[in-house]
Amino acid sequence: MDIRSQVSMVFHLDKCIGCHTCSIACKNIWTDRKGTEYMWWNNVETKPGTGYPTKWEDQDKYQGGWEKRDGGKLGLRSTGKARVVFNLFHNPHQPGLDDYYEPWTYKYEELFNAPEGDDQPTARPISMVTGKYIDIEAGPNWDDDLSGSPVYAENDPNLSALTPEQRAQLSAIERLVFFYFPRICNHCLNPACVASCPSGALYKRGEDGVVLIDQKRCRGWRSCVAACPYKKSYYNWNTGKSEKCILCFPRIETGQAPACFHSCVGRIRYLGVLLYDADRIDEIAGRPDNELVDAHRELIVDPHDPAVIKAARENGIQDDVIRSAQKSPVYKFVKEWKIALPPHIEFRTLPMLFYVPPMLPVMSSFDGKTVKNMSEGLFPDFDKARAPIEYLGKLFGAGNNSKVRYVLKKQMAIRTYRRAVTVGDVDMEHAEGMLREADCTVGEAEAIYKLTSLCTFEDRFVIPPAHREEAIEMVADPLEYKQSVGFGFKEEVKRGL
Amino acid sequence: MAQNTNILDYFNLFWFAVLPYVALFTFLLVTIQRYTRRGFTYSSLSSQFLENKVHFWGLVPFHYGILTILFGHLLGFLIPRQVLLWNSDPLRLHILEVTAFIGGIFTLVGLVNIVIRRLVDPRAKVVTSTADWVVISILLFQVGTGLLVAIFNSWGSSWFAASITPYFWSLLSFRPDIAFVAPMPLMVKLHIISAYFLILLFPFTRLVHALVIPNPYLWRKPQLVRWYWDRRKIRTPGFKVKRK
Repeated sequence: MDIRSQVSMVFHLDKCIGCHTCSIACKNIWTDRKGTEYMWWNNVETKPGTGYPTKWEDQDKYQGGWEKRDGGKLGLRSTGKARVVFNLFHNPHQPGLDDYYEPWTYKYEELFNAPEGDDQPTARPISMVTGKYIDIEAGPNWDDDLSGSPVYAENDPNLSALTPEQRAQLSAIERLVFFYFPRICNHCLNPACVASCPSGALYKRGEDGVVLIDQKRCRGWRSCVAACPYKKSYYNWNTGKSEKCILCFPRIETGQAPACFHSCVGRIRYLGVLLYDADRIDEIAGRPDNELVDAHRELIVDPHDPAVIKAARENGIQDDVIRSAQKSPVYKFVKEWKIALPPHIEFRTLPMLFYVPPMLPVMSSFDGKTVKNMSEGLFPDFDKARAPIEYLGKLFGAGNNSKVRYVLKKQMAIRTYRRAVTVGDVDMEHAEGMLREADCTVGEAEAIYKLTSLCTFEDRFVIPPAHREEAIEMVADPLEYKQSVGFGFKEEVKRGL
Repeated sequence: MAQNTNILDYFNLFWFAVLPYVALFTFLLVTIQRYTRRGFTYSSLSSQFLENKVHFWGLVPFHYGILTILFGHLLGFLIPRQVLLWNSDPLRLHILEVTAFIGGIFTLVGLVNIVIRRLVDPRAKVVTSTADWVVISILLFQVGTGLLVAIFNSWGSSWFAASITPYFWSLLSFRPDIAFVAPMPLMVKLHIISAYFLILLFPFTRLVHALVIPNPYLWRKPQLVRWYWDRRKIRTPGFKVKRK
């Protein structure tokens, strides 16, 4: 047993209102520099939709993630030891700027400088890459709220799981449905980006599992961009280095939640430590598709188990980190309640960001004349829900729909139960029966209700102490660096000639 | 050196006995200084992200071509005897010469595409510096003269191994003997001189990315984990750290 700690995340999709506050918080802090304008380390997508970069989930197009080779061994789809040298000169699977969008601003001064005339002056868009006038063809969240559109929603790669009838139903105007899908780097346990880097610039931090790119080691070979199936590693065309979400580690180390978490208006985000057994990563990542969700859960170990605690201590994990893991909201969502699922686990990178799939509680439909209630009960039957369960199953269960069904059933039971408690128009016995059927106790229902509805800042973010003081003592005498300033590397971040 | 030197001798002396040392030492000192002080600037500075179509037709032939050519020159330099022995059979000589020539053509075609791409594509233009144009110009000159030499002064693989290699070794042993190069045709001389300029400018330009080609990837483990401290040492002194 090789116990390590990982700062992990849960996004509760039912609570996401698609306001993009997270994206803006991230953008303002990290990616407002030249060369990074097009990057959105945090972005929010409308699902069904094609996402950012366009159709990132389609690995026939982008060749991201891992695949099972003959003999059961895992290999990267985009590169490998034999291919790496050839991919240096021209990476055949690298997305280009047009797969994202060309960033632009407006020539605002023309509003003031325009000579007097018959027309209103306009601020024309100019490219932030070339500085020339451009016709805007795409932008971040270009398909925002455009579910049902033939250009975007119909091209969602996840719709392949649906029958033609289901697809037609989904895009029928009176049945339109969508939800928001915020995405950051998953800080995976089996990261494809790290495994692909020819220079060894990408690494996982041992202490908290944050995946980072060593900017000094990066040579701009772009392998990580192609290898990450979530397309969360980006190439900075100005510095010639790749960059990615750093999970705001300077904030985490000082006990603050990452900017996108902190700013989340819908309070959909949870952050906490998970302990896992690193010895089993290879084995778990190679399981068959339909077992992957359960196998991934198996990898996460119980922080209350004395054997785990002992192994964790032997590995140098601090007691307060273990205590933090015991209080982790992520552990509850993922392991205890089993209502948070990893996105696209079939890419086999073992993402450590989990999603509570949305209920999409569509209560009624319009048949042209009247509004019809779709189910007899107070809450709709999710088998009749507008978004077919197969769609969510493709997104969050690697095609194993029973995993999504389990989550939705439990959520439905809890809502019914809370309705019985607060309003009382539902029979309590009926509600408790639903809970039992959904593999949930009253205590658990209350706990889930509290953590999803009444959660405070401290409930949502249980940030482990970073213990950087010990880290620095191992490499340098702190007294020697007393009164010096700054951290990280102090070299000017400037493009070479 | 000969007693009665004339202006041409000084000319040869400068270009073939002084310049190579200037180029070589500049190369060594500046690459090391740049790596240690401004290591951040070591990057391929790829522009594939901005222009992804012509890129293939420029970068791929160029790199395969120039690597073949470089490898050929290196062979002639390191194992001249074996090269001459190989060339003793006309068929094998032809095979070597034709391979090298094709490599040169690939390099040239790639370079021309690179030039067109950087001139025409507005996005590629944004990331093209003056230093890039200098590098491209010298490379074009280098490949051009190389191809002309291959055409007009054929069987270079043999005379390189016989005449140029001893000259290079004389340089490396700090006893420069330009008797080997002084009588060479002008085109060959230009080819050598521009090579020195290439080495001289190498550390100041994007060419440094050739020095950081990734070799550890081939034998490292796929996943890398970095620890700030020996995690087990804190709790269990004497415990062997297992790094993955």
